[in-house]
Amino acid sequence: MSAQGSKFDFDIAVVGSGPAGLAAAALAASKGASVVLLDEQTEPGGQIYRAVTETPVRDRKVLGPDYWHGAELLGPLRDSGAVHWPGSTVWSVARPREDGPDGERRIQIGLSRNGAAAMLTVRHVILATGALERPFPIPGWTLPGVLGAGAAQVLLKTSGLVPSGATVMAGSGPLLWLLAWQYLQAGARIDAILDTTPKQNWRAALPLLPGFLRSPYLGKGMKLMLEVRRKLTVIGNVTALRAEGGLAGEGVLKSVVYTRNGTEHRLPADTLLLHQGVVPNLNLANATGCAQRWDEQQRCWRPTTDEWGATSVEGVSLAGDGAGIGGARAAEEAGRLAALDALHRLGRIGREQRDQSAAPFRAALDRALTGRAFLDTLYTPAEAFRVPADDTIVCRCEEITAGAVREAVRLGCSGPNQAKSFLRCGMGPCQGRLCGPTVTEVIAAERGVSPAEVGYYRLRPPVKPITLAELAALPKTDADIDAVFKH
Amino acid sequence: MTATALPRPDVIVIGGGLHGCSAALQLSMRGVRVLVLEKDHVARHASGVNAGGVRQLGRHVAEVPLSVASMALWHGIRDLVDDDCGFESHGQIKVAETEAELETVRARVAELNALGFTHEEVIGQEELRSLVPAIADHCVGALVSRGDGAAIPFRTTFAFRRKAIALGARFQEGGAVTRLARKGGLWSVETADGGRFEAPVVVNAAGAWADRIAAQVGEPVPLEVIAPMLMITARVAPFIKPVVGATGRTLSFKQFPNGTVLIGGGLLGRAVRDENRTELDFSQVSVNARTVWDLFPCMRGATIVRSWAGIEARMPDQIPVIGPSGTEPDLYHSFGFSAHGFQLGPIVGRITADLITGGATDLPIAPFRIGRFAA
Amino acid sequence: MFRRLPEIETAAEKVSFTIDGRPAKARAGDSVAAALLANGVTACRNTPVSGAARGPYCMMGVCFDCLVTIDGTGNRQGCQVRVAPGMAVETQNGKREVER
Ligand SMILES: Cc1cc2nc3c(=O)[nH]c(=O)nc-3n(C[C@H](O)[C@H](O)[C@H](O)COP(=O)(O)OP(=O)(O)OC[C@H]3O[C@@H](n4cnc5c(N)ncnc54)[C@H](O)[C@@H]3O)c2cc1C
Ligand SMILES: Cc1cc2nc3c(=O)[nH]c(=O)nc-3n(C[C@H](O)[C@H](O)[C@H](O)COP(=O)(O)OP(=O)(O)OC[C@H]3O[C@@H](n4cnc5c(N)ncnc54)[C@H](O)[C@@H]3O)c2cc1C
Ligand code: FES
Repeated sequence: MSAQGSKFDFDIAVVGSGPAGLAAAALAASKGASVVLLDEQTEPGGQIYRAVTETPVRDRKVLGPDYWHGAELLGPLRDSGAVHWPGSTVWSVARPREDGPDGERRIQIGLSRNGAAAMLTVRHVILATGALERPFPIPGWTLPGVLGAGAAQVLLKTSGLVPSGATVMAGSGPLLWLLAWQYLQAGARIDAILDTTPKQNWRAALPLLPGFLRSPYLGKGMKLMLEVRRKLTVIGNVTALRAEGGLAGEGVLKSVVYTRNGTEHRLPADTLLLHQGVVPNLNLANATGCAQRWDEQQRCWRPTTDEWGATSVEGVSLAGDGAGIGGARAAEEAGRLAALDALHRLGRIGREQRDQSAAPFRAALDRALTGRAFLDTLYTPAEAFRVPADDTIVCRCEEITAGAVREAVRLGCSGPNQAKSFLRCGMGPCQGRLCGPTVTEVIAAERGVSPAEVGYYRLRPPVKPITLAELAALPKTDADIDAVFKH
Repeated sequence: MTATALPRPDVIVIGGGLHGCSAALQLSMRGVRVLVLEKDHVARHASGVNAGGVRQLGRHVAEVPLSVASMALWHGIRDLVDDDCGFESHGQIKVAETEAELETVRARVAELNALGFTHEEVIGQEELRSLVPAIADHCVGALVSRGDGAAIPFRTTFAFRRKAIALGARFQEGGAVTRLARKGGLWSVETADGGRFEAPVVVNAAGAWADRIAAQVGEPVPLEVIAPMLMITARVAPFIKPVVGATGRTLSFKQFPNGTVLIGGGLLGRAVRDENRTELDFSQVSVNARTVWDLFPCMRGATIVRSWAGIEARMPDQIPVIGPSGTEPDLYHSFGFSAHGFQLGPIVGRITADLITGGATDLPIAPFRIGRFAA
Repeated sequence: MFRRLPEIETAAEKVSFTIDGRPAKARAGDSVAAALLANGVTACRNTPVSGAARGPYCMMGVCFDCLVTIDGTGNRQGCQVRVAPGMAVETQNGKREVER
């Protein structure tokens, strides 16, 4: 397909325009590499800086200073000369092959834009695909009216929408408190926050507190949480949760039932916002064949990388929360480190120059990661919310319950891939994003082994669904590809 | 990992695909003690990820007698394995897009009739329309095999395994057979995870890796490792019952009862068998999508949710290796199914069991002997 | 249920579109999913498996619970498409018919 000199051939593709991707693309392009920055969102910013260029929420105190920092990343990108193609969903990244007439190894990238598909070739890919909210499987979590807290935050950032009617937030983790704080600033209604952080987590996290208190960024989170606790009804030690609809569990959310100290309580609710942390969005890396490992501290799978973000696949590196949760500031620095290493691998800078230029970024990365262990430990979700009871749906797409997964284990399915073939869990359009972590943990618990042993789904491109028409019309020439980008 | 605690098996089957599981089941049904050694897990490879097509239609003439006998087993699959395996029989159809293609299929039917087989018929445009209302207008007719159908591959292979276990077979997963040697009338088999097993008889059902087992007994075979690709759509309302293929280009097209549509037909990606890995070739996937675009206009806006490839063994003449080893006694091969071995699973297990327990089979397997590549 | 922050509601540049044929208004820049929520539509489809009602859950393109039919094309992710003037948005019932 496209070869050297083509408009659809680049030195580096960066997938994802959150802090990691913005920083990586700007740095790589500023050093003269040809860079294309791809993101399925129509605006740069990723999750934290969602809609930072055009949010209708102009009152700066609502979203807070951490949010507005995102705007500072856009200037360097503009000045760098990187090609920016928002609205491009990347559905495939292939291992490097000698395809072009010059015989040089290239990576082929499949993407969709405005309903048309195209293939690009590059020499190096930096995946900066970020995180997604950890699944929070409770009975009724599929009811309309139940959303992720992160989802609600997207509504606030992009559209200035806040819940109306009875609103309950539930779960744990920094983002839950951040959203509650942002709602406070915006004057939105919150009836209650149900805190599911297990009591014993505090005990486990306490020894790590000094490190946390040294963190220049994370301490702010604590202040914000205290403010929320002062001003809102926060109900702690919640050990079970259930969302209920109308009659026969049909229709939309009507109430939230929670257990505290062994007693059930019911709250009427029009909106329930769930959150228990974020996990790497690793579908693209996994489908590309990047090795991954189970991270016991963060209780999630993360692709294995070296200190520059390089994965097990030649020419593919990772930066940001997609490689393991470190937060926005860490993502930014990791993006720069991955860019330097890519420049080095492409022969644009020497090893020494790479290492020298990296020093300040590495120091900043270390600073940004200070205190992470405390947060990870404090906010490890309770087992009951990671390994749900039999009647709870774990796979939202195919509506497979935890009980069905356990039954499959008893029949001899020893890992997520067998369960998937047997039950279809993970086979729907979300491609396991909303059930993968749960299915791994349910199988591990049922077998009494570590999640590391049971493994994770083997994912395949397209990592996002595409239409048959797009595939059938995959452009073969530059002129064809041009047409895809005309819009 | 040693077999000392357990009674020595009579037969060791290498490979837990459908063919290994089927042989294990048929042997267990006759009271033979079987141990299946599988390097990954049962149905991890071709047998668990194939298109599930259960077809006699369009088979190589050498395979037709086996395929017809297997079809009879498929129609009674529940009696065999206590699970219907998701098997449904709505026929398989191979459409002709031109008069010339229609001529080709007519000649095919004549050839089969001359051999005494009547399961394939030619149908005209009108009947094609009534069987497949969604087919593109330009299709002029088709070849049909009405008793054919499709099943769910992973579930099928799993069901064979379950029934074999219920009848006493043992399965050991997670260790590849690395060494195979015969001493004093006994096979000694070693696995990568340190296992050592012995048995008088061995079955080589190692799929795309079977040439390595054969090589250990001095029988090199020209096995090619291929990676046929498939893709599947999101659920759509039911609109087609039979499985549809094409005469002039590669296609396999079917809708599952749950509404998803499976599209394949043998276009190849790349296989890296040492890493259990396949890579898709989207230029080929695109060719496949184009065929569907042409033949099923209603599918143009369908969403493709997933695609994948499986690792399969292909022989130069596109037919499998079945039967005794040419160099060693008490070793039987069953591999090289060349991307159409799912349908043959039930019968080939029986043939292998017949050979082991009775020294003969009533089906014509001469064309599949391993010695054919020697010359 | 969601409402617009007051200062935004007044300043908003309005987009007219339809939900199942009924006229509706959104803010330019809203995703279709946001526009539905802003108009009080929490459930946008029934699942093809059990027929249960679903609505947007993740707002970032990963859960596929916001699937709707947009201008006649089914299975579009409402949270990933911007609402446009005159757009016809339809809630989705179960499996899509082929050809839409
Ligand atoms: C919903 C949500 C809200 C969050 N809000 C906050 C917050 O307010 N404050 C905070 O500190 N942290 C927040 N976080 C945590 C967040 O993960 C990090 O702070 C930060 O955004 C990570 O930066 P990143 O560059 O690694 O990835 P992200 O910022 O997540 O950016 C990844 C980008 O990659 C794109 N992408 C992913 N896959 C593809 C693909 N296949 N094709 C094309 N593009 C793709 C995505 O569209 C996204 O824009 C949030 C996380 C989530 C999931
Ligand atoms: C995508 C695709 C679609 C297909 N569609 C159809 C179809 O529609 N209809 C049809 O009839 N056929 C179809 N086929 C072909 C069919 O799937 C195969 O012919 C059949 O499954 C082969 O079964 P098997 O048991 O020989 O091989 P496999 O299923 O590959 O099993 C062999 C097993 O042996 C194991 N093994 C290998 N070496 C060792 C060792 N040294 N030690 C221990 N274990 C070992 C492997 O791990 C593997 O599990 C398709 C194939 C593919 C890939
Ligand atoms: S709301 Fe999850 S994909 Fe749109």
